[in-house]
Amino acid sequence: MDTANHRRRKLINNLMQALTCICALCVVAPLFLVFYHVLKSGLSSVNWAFFTQLPKPVGEPGGGVANAIVGTFELLALASVIGVPIGVLGGIFLSEYGSLGWNWWIRFGADVLNGVPSIIWGMVVYALVVLPTKRFSAFAGGIVLGMMMIPLIMRTTEEVLRLVPVGYREAALALGIAQWRAILQIVVRTALKGIVTGVLLALARVAGETAPLLFTAFGNRFWNHHLADPIAALPLQIFSYAISPYEDWNKQAWAGALVLLMFVAIINVSVRLLTRDRFSAKS
Amino acid sequence: MTNEPNRLRPPNPAVANAAAATEQRPTVPVSASAAISTRELSVFFGNDQVLKKVSLEVPAKAVTAIIGPSGCGKSTFLRALNRMHDLVPNARVEGKIQLFGQDIFAPQIEPVQIRRRIGMVFQKSNPFPTMSIAENVTVGLRLNGLRNRASLTERMEQALVMSALWDEVKDRLDAPAVSLSGGQQQRLCIARALAVQPEVLLMDEPASALDPLATARIEDLILELKKDYTIIIVTHNMQQAARISNDTAFLYLGELVEFGPTSKLFTRPLKKRTEDYVTGRFG
Repeated sequence: MDTANHRRRKLINNLMQALTCICALCVVAPLFLVFYHVLKSGLSSVNWAFFTQLPKPVGEPGGGVANAIVGTFELLALASVIGVPIGVLGGIFLSEYGSLGWNWWIRFGADVLNGVPSIIWGMVVYALVVLPTKRFSAFAGGIVLGMMMIPLIMRTTEEVLRLVPVGYREAALALGIAQWRAILQIVVRTALKGIVTGVLLALARVAGETAPLLFTAFGNRFWNHHLADPIAALPLQIFSYAISPYEDWNKQAWAGALVLLMFVAIINVSVRLLTRDRFSAKS
Repeated sequence: MTNEPNRLRPPNPAVANAAAATEQRPTVPVSASAAISTRELSVFFGNDQVLKKVSLEVPAKAVTAIIGPSGCGKSTFLRALNRMHDLVPNARVEGKIQLFGQDIFAPQIEPVQIRRRIGMVFQKSNPFPTMSIAENVTVGLRLNGLRNRASLTERMEQALVMSALWDEVKDRLDAPAVSLSGGQQQRLCIARALAVQPEVLLMDEPASALDPLATARIEDLILELKKDYTIIIVTHNMQQAARISNDTAFLYLGELVEFGPTSKLFTRPLKKRTEDYVTGRFG
């Protein structure tokens, strides 16, 4: 009787363990699926020319996406110019200054913004920048990605600044150091790795955005010579190649996807390396 | 800053006789040499009154201990003296505090000015984790605008010698501050406070987290420092107060119960409650 009961318990325990294990595997399975498919379909088209040449016209084999790779970096640079200072300074305000009531609203606003679908960001910037200037441009693309980065960076900056013990702020102020100096040179410096991590994650997030770039950066089959002109970006290139009926282009879309995936993976790995000793500095 | 009639200190006949003498025992309170005097000092956090009309005169170049059970307002009192409560949104300070005769709440006075003259050492040692030993000592000077490398080095050495840490760290000044032991870290924090050459040093249970050996070193250091500095120390440890202080104030439930020469307060207290506390009957 007693042993039977125990056997039943053990069985249920094992069943539950198996069930949770399967669910956990289901979570990471897509990652391997994605990697496997992208690698299998993309690797054959990734070669030196893919990184160094412009796209070839339809029907002509070869060619690359050099302009899109450079374009993505240009867009990310533009976005960082807008998103990093505003996001970091906003995060500093939330953590170090401000009143409880105000901060609640700002935080709430930032969280809502983080949930806004990216196509809506694109439409807003289309209305605010593209329509008045009457042109798609790298600027518009940079602005939309930068705006998307602001709430992301602001919230992560706030969170990591809050992790800095109050004792450091008090020690700095008790030395007669002005508050802004104490914040910049002691609090922010202590949390710098975390802030950089937040910036990198925001970059990784917007690097793959396609929808907001469709009607802002627009895409370009040639080099962009002026930031007021349309510019190519990897996600846009992947999009237009993937929906095209040409097999050559489809292959290149896979290759582009592989490059983009690697880029995002590299950012994530470097974030891991950066944060690895983050807590060893604290006693 | 005349002698108040309601002072708790009993009249000391030795004072009158020695009035003409230039060198007086540090335990003898003389209003003219009061470093800090508070008049009806009250501190509120929201609706809670944590400190109730405390009037106290802290003699210069002596050690004054603040004792009392947990939550009696010791730290609150200490933090009022260098205007640390300015940083707490719902804190309110009433009453007067004078630093060598100067009203520290005068409208033209910036809290930063006050904090440069009143150094502070905290319960938990808090050297800045991103800085080396040397940088920790000079940070107060550097962030207050001192750039001259030679004088920075000189003041650093001076402060480390004064805090009895020089011999232990002189060969590894560029090592991270967090590589020091707990007791060394606390002495580093004392050096950091001394480097900006304050007139008064506030210590909030500076040895409560240290082992007996490190505690003894800190106590020796305090006895050494009182030749040049006015020291106010909050302590839980009554033996410590008895060993190192010239005067002792006993706070209970936010009120000043008794203030007088340490020897007297511990052997012949005027109030029953003081006697109960120092003999360990409560608290």
